[in-house]
Amino acid sequence: MFARLQMAWSLGFHIIFAAVGIGMPLLMAISEYRWLRGGREECRELTKRWAKGTAIFFAVGAVSGTVLSFELGLLWPGFMRHAGAVIGVPFSLEGFAFFTEAIFLGIYLYGWDRVRPWAHWWAGVAVAASGAASAVFVVMANAWMNAPAGFDFDASTGEFSEIDPVAAMFNPAWKAEVLHMLLAAYLATALAAAGIHALQLLRRPRSAFHREALRITMGVAAVCALLQPLSGDYAAKVVAETQPVKLAAMEGQFASEASAPLRIGGWPDERRARTRFALEVPGLLSFLAHGDRHAVVRGLNEFPREDWPPVAVVHVAFQLMVGLGILILSVSAWFVLAAWRSRGAPLGRRLLWAIVLCSPAGMLAIEAGWTVTEVGRQPWIVYGVMRTSEAVTPMPGLAGPFLTFVLVYVGLAAVVVALLARQVRAAPVAAGAE
Amino acid sequence: MQVELLTAWAMIAALAAYTLLGGADFGAGVWDLLASGPRRAAQRELLAAAIGPIWEANHVWLILLIVLLFTCFPPAFAAVMTALHVPVLLLLLGIVARGASFVFRTYTSGTGAGQARWGLVFSIASVVTPLLLGVVLGAASSGQLRWHGDAYLGGFFAPWLRPFPWAVGVFTLAIFAFLAATYLCAEAEDPALREDFRRRALAAGAAVALAGGLAWWAADADATVLGAHLNAAWWGWPLRIATGLAAAGALAALWKRRFLAARTCACAQVMLVVLGYGAALFPHLVPPDFTVFNSAAPPITHFLVLGALAGGAVVLGPSLYFLLRVFKGQRAFALLDSAATRTPQSRGTKPTHAQSSS
Repeated sequence: MFARLQMAWSLGFHIIFAAVGIGMPLLMAISEYRWLRGGREECRELTKRWAKGTAIFFAVGAVSGTVLSFELGLLWPGFMRHAGAVIGVPFSLEGFAFFTEAIFLGIYLYGWDRVRPWAHWWAGVAVAASGAASAVFVVMANAWMNAPAGFDFDASTGEFSEIDPVAAMFNPAWKAEVLHMLLAAYLATALAAAGIHALQLLRRPRSAFHREALRITMGVAAVCALLQPLSGDYAAKVVAETQPVKLAAMEGQFASEASAPLRIGGWPDERRARTRFALEVPGLLSFLAHGDRHAVVRGLNEFPREDWPPVAVVHVAFQLMVGLGILILSVSAWFVLAAWRSRGAPLGRRLLWAIVLCSPAGMLAIEAGWTVTEVGRQPWIVYGVMRTSEAVTPMPGLAGPFLTFVLVYVGLAAVVVALLARQVRAAPVAAGAE
Repeated sequence: MQVELLTAWAMIAALAAYTLLGGADFGAGVWDLLASGPRRAAQRELLAAAIGPIWEANHVWLILLIVLLFTCFPPAFAAVMTALHVPVLLLLLGIVARGASFVFRTYTSGTGAGQARWGLVFSIASVVTPLLLGVVLGAASSGQLRWHGDAYLGGFFAPWLRPFPWAVGVFTLAIFAFLAATYLCAEAEDPALREDFRRRALAAGAAVALAGGLAWWAADADATVLGAHLNAAWWGWPLRIATGLAAAGALAALWKRRFLAARTCACAQVMLVVLGYGAALFPHLVPPDFTVFNSAAPPITHFLVLGALAGGAVVLGPSLYFLLRVFKGQRAFALLDSAATRTPQSRGTKPTHAQSSS
């Protein structure tokens, strides 16, 4: 149990830093391009400011990622012993992608005066590309745990045979998961950064520096917010195909049903086997999951009770993620409309406040979505093949390591926030763009 | 030749690269802790400028090593991580503390208390982490981790609270510090600073010799598989003599202020040590139960990983060269002192430390 908590905690921590490590390089590359091509001086300063924040996040992301690669073995030796050979290849590729990212980030952060401006920009592009690539590889490995492929499994001995790591990488879930996660990383990062700049704009409405920053971040956020529901719909269809029990838990669908309704909100009651207090839209779930209003959606009743994930957690996390997504989409749309209509005049305070309040929504949605994938996969560590309880380490006293990491990571998070706050407060002075 | 042997060689190479590059970054932290004398602040500044742009890239060699182990030899990985859960956990805390405090120190604006506090965390973690890394490596190869199939038979403390793992720990720490000081002699531009690090390199070289002797004794007494193999093999003595010659060469070159030659000899010495460690261990990965052969993943996995290594090398080689070329100048790749390289030429720009002081 503590092993699961520790893994969830470590991943939940790392995913924020990883998302920033993927998202910020894209924002910096856009911003630096606007400086190099468009001659916008404020973009040069903006890029440098962002680079400092990124450096902090990247380092913490790198060390917390190292912790994870060890924890796979520290906590789940049973999983690694049998699955390492199947699923190690994307991890190796991720190692290389991360290597490339670290090299070019070093050049990017410390090389402002040492390489030519365009070479510097290309280093930034290399960081963004390799960051995205490492996300692709890691999520491929996770997708395999949800939709395992590329091996034969002998249930009596617990051995994997006929291993095909390539088929394992390109498992049925990889496209959907990778797409959804990448968009989420860009969206959440851009939105979080937008919130910081919107807050500054509330104080200094005319700062060209912060207005330019808001244009870039909200631009990226709006594009991703528009695409994300499409990728989410695709991901849900894949889940319906590969993990019907997870879909049933996400939707609080206890009994198999034709023309299944989409439940909005509500609380799944596992004992009574029904979801209460939900707003139901008739036939919509069947349509979303299978593209046909009358299709049968398989309910939890088709699966043995010991194979159910914790239904309430999965359902609520899923509702939270979708709700936050809709909120983000509305605020992005508001921004795009307002920016288009105002033509350069300062933005309204109500919109700025909306962006500020909405800024953690992306990260929250990532955590909620991650909960859906991971808790929704329980009780399996490899869906349908190996149970989480079979994989855990025999070491006693796992509460100790768990509490240690809770304390360490809470401390790290506090320091990162404090450092960022200081950077932000210093920004307008240095920018001189009042 | 079986494919798992190739992968094992790749792991030896990754360990050597990590020691030469990542190890030296830890060594720099050791000298940060021991910074003293009138140039204390300048020493720290040189250290921070030397590792700032490169430590994250260097750190990835360790991740690569771990990934190779768990992909290509999964049972051996599971065995180490189960039996050595406690020291590995401490090692991870050290890695987190070192990396995080280094950036925190760099980006804590202003001077004074905040920076000093993170600097202290950074330097202490830089001492503790190599020690623990050596303990984990030593314990994993000591022959004390007994398994029966998937079941671990030993305890969670006894295998690493023994002489051999700690001897390896001390040796690792000494080597990292020695490498860092030797590199810094070659990198420092201020003659007085160079002399500071020359004295440190000589002292660390002596410590390496002492700790090496200690580890040697402990291998015979405590890690019998390793020690016996090293004594029995035909290459045992030639390897030891070659390592000793490289070490003597490094110290002599330091003495005569041939710093680039000293760096070359020190690197050769460390590569020979890693090679000897791997060769003495072979065919075991985690003695006595796990060997390169009985814990290997199916050949297809090895082929794919080796393919990825080859492909990765094509991208990484030039990138890494570019990184070192940009930040360490032409002298980064000079093996010997020549007329052109003996006096460090000004590189146009001083190491940009503007980021940390802003």
